[in-house]
Amino acid sequence: MEKVLKRFTIRTGAMQQVLIFASLIGMFIIFSLASPNFAQFENIIGILLATAVNGILAVGVTFVIITSGIDLSIGTVMTFSSVMAGVFITFWRLPVIVGVLAGIGAGTLCGLINGTIISKLKMPPFIATLGMMMIAKGLSLVISGLKPIYFVDTPVFSKIAMGSILQIPNAVIVFFGAAIVASLILTKTVLGRYTFAIGSNEEAARLSGINVDAWKIAIYALCGFFTGLAGVMMASRLNSAQPSLGQGYELEAIAAAVIGGTSLSGGEGTILGTVIGAFIMSVLTNGLRILSIPQEWQTVITGIIVIVAVYVDILRRHQR
Amino acid sequence: MDKPLILMEGIEKSFPGVHALNQVHFDLYPGEVHALVGENGAGKSTLMKVLTGVFPKDAGHIYYKGKEVDIPNPRAAQLLGISIIYQEMELMPHLTVAQNIFIGREPRRGFRFLLDEKEINRKAEELLSSLHIDIDPRTKVADLTVAKQQMVEIAKALSYNAEVLIMDEPTSALSETEVEELFETIRHLKNNGMGIIYITHRLEELKEISDRITVMRNGQYIDTLDTREATLDRIISLMVGREIYQTSKRSSEKEDEEVVLEVRNLNRGRVIKNVSFKLKRGEILGFAGLLGAGRTEVARAIFGADPIDSGEIYIKGRRVHIKSPTDAVKHGIGYLSEDRKRYGLMLGLDVEDNIVIATLERFLGRLGWVKRSKTSEEARMRVDELDIKTPSLQQKVKYLSGGTQQKVVVAKWLTRNCDILIFDEPTRGIDVGAKSEIYKLLNELAESGKSIIMISSELPEILRMSHRIIVMCEGRITGELMAEEATQERIMQYATMRTNSVISPSSRR
Repeated sequence: MEKVLKRFTIRTGAMQQVLIFASLIGMFIIFSLASPNFAQFENIIGILLATAVNGILAVGVTFVIITSGIDLSIGTVMTFSSVMAGVFITFWRLPVIVGVLAGIGAGTLCGLINGTIISKLKMPPFIATLGMMMIAKGLSLVISGLKPIYFVDTPVFSKIAMGSILQIPNAVIVFFGAAIVASLILTKTVLGRYTFAIGSNEEAARLSGINVDAWKIAIYALCGFFTGLAGVMMASRLNSAQPSLGQGYELEAIAAAVIGGTSLSGGEGTILGTVIGAFIMSVLTNGLRILSIPQEWQTVITGIIVIVAVYVDILRRHQR
Repeated sequence: MDKPLILMEGIEKSFPGVHALNQVHFDLYPGEVHALVGENGAGKSTLMKVLTGVFPKDAGHIYYKGKEVDIPNPRAAQLLGISIIYQEMELMPHLTVAQNIFIGREPRRGFRFLLDEKEINRKAEELLSSLHIDIDPRTKVADLTVAKQQMVEIAKALSYNAEVLIMDEPTSALSETEVEELFETIRHLKNNGMGIIYITHRLEELKEISDRITVMRNGQYIDTLDTREATLDRIISLMVGREIYQTSKRSSEKEDEEVVLEVRNLNRGRVIKNVSFKLKRGEILGFAGLLGAGRTEVARAIFGADPIDSGEIYIKGRRVHIKSPTDAVKHGIGYLSEDRKRYGLMLGLDVEDNIVIATLERFLGRLGWVKRSKTSEEARMRVDELDIKTPSLQQKVKYLSGGTQQKVVVAKWLTRNCDILIFDEPTRGIDVGAKSEIYKLLNELAESGKSIIMISSELPEILRMSHRIIVMCEGRITGELMAEEATQERIMQYATMRTNSVISPSSRR
């Protein structure tokens, strides 16, 4: 009997994954039955497109959360990356590719700074990235002169996200590509292994001779890299860099990771879970909109879903 | 005989106010298990921390395989081949066994960035089977029993090519069969020529696993015995020392006093087993035992800080249900934790605030304001009553000495009208002078009719203060002594009365 129970608790990690995937399918079925407009090809593509930016952000922040850290700056750093792409391409008239790299580079740099402040100055991640969130927001407004930067002369820029292959928008392909790469990094590389090690028992990791500070910096920089990528996708999709956008995205990304089973206390999480979590959030938003539920109520319902998901996580932890 | 693997001579170490190691001698030969025993605070762990580079030594020499060495940090010890397994596990529960063993030095492929998971598992499997440890390297550490986790720690330590293995109380969390498993592994290592330093409180284990036994007391080397010639009584008398702590034995005439607290058949998991006792008015009841005997757990359970599985608590003859510390305080029970700074005080607040904070509702004016004049009056009264040495009521508690802080905590509970006070290690971290102040305070409290449970790991303190002594071991009460009949030796005997040592002489052939 005890053995059976033990087996069950071992499996709950995988159970959580199955459970959230089942809830995604369940939501899908319910919305399809409730409205004939939901399961249309157009709408599905819309959902995929709506998930892409938030999904890339969530994938990045999953690494940070697994170390039992947090990154609150990803929303505004994403905007900062968009603005930098705009500066390089529209203001300075540099080639599009340079602008794209500048955007991604800006995000990575912000992550690098976050990681350095957290590990070298021993600052709590919450505070360090809260500061970065405000800095990035302010800088975006300063640099852009409070106005959106349009990519008017470079039509190719908008193709980065909005072009398509076999009717699937590039943004969606980039999102899946990023998720696959992230998943490989997390499970197959030294970086991924140390991400879990630090989140599981930081002191033990240090005593085992791991340079925890350096790896933390790398992990926050990686999160920044994905944030920069999300910024470029966002700018391309809107064909403009909107300096006042971005705040609030960080919480949706964190919510997606948590719904997907990433533990805020560290040591646990998967990219697949995060991707499913991101889809749950956008399917919910999309479905509720199709059912003509007002925006305000959509937000309320999303909030409830986040709390329920975290509660399930706590229940699971208690079993141990 | 071979050259010693390790020879430590004249080791000195002082901390502010404590001479932790005084001319300590220790040696270890290959292929032996050398046990290190002594009371809490005898200096065993400090000595091992010097050997593993956690603390620098003040004076003395360490020789490794005959050559004098300097061990400035843990890394240096590891490179020499000295590994330690701490009491607290240093594993990463979310990773697998193999991942834990090779963390920080994983075999890699593909530009040294990709992990070679196959190779990690293969090497772990090889290592584990060479140690006769039967664990699948792909299992998550969190899913292993404590004993198996310990095996993983051993394997990890040995994978650094260690020749000296230090084990600090490895069996404290293990069941009897698990201990046997561990001993199997230790014997195997020993036969392979490894030197093992084994720190333990479980004296009955010594016969079974050790070759030699070194006893320490008060930071000093006392003696080294050959296990075959050592008797348990001899070891205990070396541990507690010859000098008899002359204590004015108090009369334990509390027979006629009212029973204020009675606990019947208290149980909580593996840490509290069928604990029953009575506490009388005006009595100081000492709780003795080794670390982890379950004394603090009993106190926390009575105080409602931890849930209980079963058991009944009666206060002045009435059955009560205590589900939280709030309930306990309502019934007049106060608990003074051993960690004053964390649980007992608000360090940033002043003396007055700390004294009245738990009882603010008594000092409210008509509009719900806190009446300063009333709180000051109360605080002033307590400061005089307990002779709290503070420059003013507005002194922040963090600037007071340990003994004075302890008195502030007592004042807080007295203000809450607690008649039953549980003191958990009341003199820990308090210097000798202040200790006698605390003792005086405890006596005065008892004389004024308060009932006191005093948990202490210091035997002289227990003997000096208690009217009656309850000894615990492994969650059970193994003995009860009146003050007149109590000696250090008798308490130690009860405190090491493990379940297996009670049964084993007859059942084990």
